[in-house]
Amino acid sequence: MNKLLSYCEKDTWLHRLSGVTKLVFFLLWCLTSALTYDTRILLVMIVISAVLFAMSKTEWKQISTVFKFVMFFMIVNLCAIFMFSPYQGTAIYGSKTVLTGFLPGHDITREELFYLFNVLIKYFTVVPSVFIFLVTTDPSEFAASLNLVGIPYTIAYSVAIALRYIPDVQSDFTRIRNAQEARGIEMSGKARLHDRIKRTASILFPLLFSTMEHIETVSNAMELRGFGKKKKRTWYALKGLHRNDYLVLIGTVLFMAAAMIITYADGNRFWNPWI
Amino acid sequence: MNKKFGIREVVAAGIGTALFVVLTQVQIPLGFIPNTALQPRMAVLSFMAAIFGPLVGALIGFLGHALGDALFYGSIWWSWVIPELVVGCVIGLFAKKYAVREGGFNGKAIVRFNVVQIIANAAAWIVCAPVLDILVYAEPANKVFAQGFFAFLGNIIIIAILGTLLLAAYSGISGKNAALKKED
Repeated sequence: MNKLLSYCEKDTWLHRLSGVTKLVFFLLWCLTSALTYDTRILLVMIVISAVLFAMSKTEWKQISTVFKFVMFFMIVNLCAIFMFSPYQGTAIYGSKTVLTGFLPGHDITREELFYLFNVLIKYFTVVPSVFIFLVTTDPSEFAASLNLVGIPYTIAYSVAIALRYIPDVQSDFTRIRNAQEARGIEMSGKARLHDRIKRTASILFPLLFSTMEHIETVSNAMELRGFGKKKKRTWYALKGLHRNDYLVLIGTVLFMAAAMIITYADGNRFWNPWI
Repeated sequence: MNKKFGIREVVAAGIGTALFVVLTQVQIPLGFIPNTALQPRMAVLSFMAAIFGPLVGALIGFLGHALGDALFYGSIWWSWVIPELVVGCVIGLFAKKYAVREGGFNGKAIVRFNVVQIIANAAAWIVCAPVLDILVYAEPANKVFAQGFFAFLGNIIIIAILGTLLLAAYSGISGKNAALKKED
């Protein structure tokens, strides 16, 4: 349970921003980071997200588990790219400078290392923004702000229910797993694939059926209270947009535009330091 | 019933997403292909989509994958979030044909469900995900197609086994109660 990232109430200017602002920032930030392969811009983005991350006053223990996961996946991914395509960098940057031999057909080239470095820092530009978004955005306020940007309130409500029920389902899951383990079903072992699927099913069945009952109960309760009868709905947790929100929104759009112009100035998304 | 987004669908999409997110931590690794494993959460996605229809399936796929990635891995692979939406939506499109609620999920319906899920997964993981990976993240083609293919394989296996079993079991229960249920 404690390894899940979750909202943590604090009083910083990032926490006070509206959920819409943070969502728009987050999406545009991901998009910019995905599109550009310009090392200079990526480095600037890392600096900006690191500063924002520091401003959010997030403590290391809130994110340490997830951060280790990210590092692990990143390393595995980089190794996979190298094994599958050791000359991707050469194809992109148009030159081949072999630094040292490694395996047959897998020389280590300067271009490949540079390409992998770019892939690596791309992740580092996004990871802090995910952390910031998750730990500074109040779930109910977030649902309200989804509705504010034009998403139908029924769907906004689905999002709110999802965020609200993750801890509940998580505790159901833990309880069922513990019960099954108490009955002697080993979950974590190195069993064969067939056995592991069987064991997973022994958790999945009770969990899913109790979830279906939850769905019945909650939808009956909502029906009794007349949910969905009107076209509109007001939100208790709604925060309007204030001066800081507009500043952040304008700043994000300008930054993205500038990043795109600089990235595509030489006709493609890669920045080649050897020209 | 499946086209409209009523109260039950709102709640199913919400709680279904929560379940999908929680099950992100249950993975059965496939081996050396990175970031690819048998995912029991796919069985839940197919289950929900087959019962509640395309919109619920799409929402659970999209929100569940994005939230699950963010909460457990701290980063969101958008090029794999969109295919998840495709899977949920396509399986859900034929929700009426499986007749799960009516207790008719057997024989033909099971075959139909599995044909649809294989097509949905092929469209998502062999076509959609690698193409997006190449377009958005400029990763090497052979690596992403290998990853996509193994994801496809893993997902059709887990849905064919667990998804089918879950639906058959649920169909059995709700079929017996059908006489007591109010008609929509």
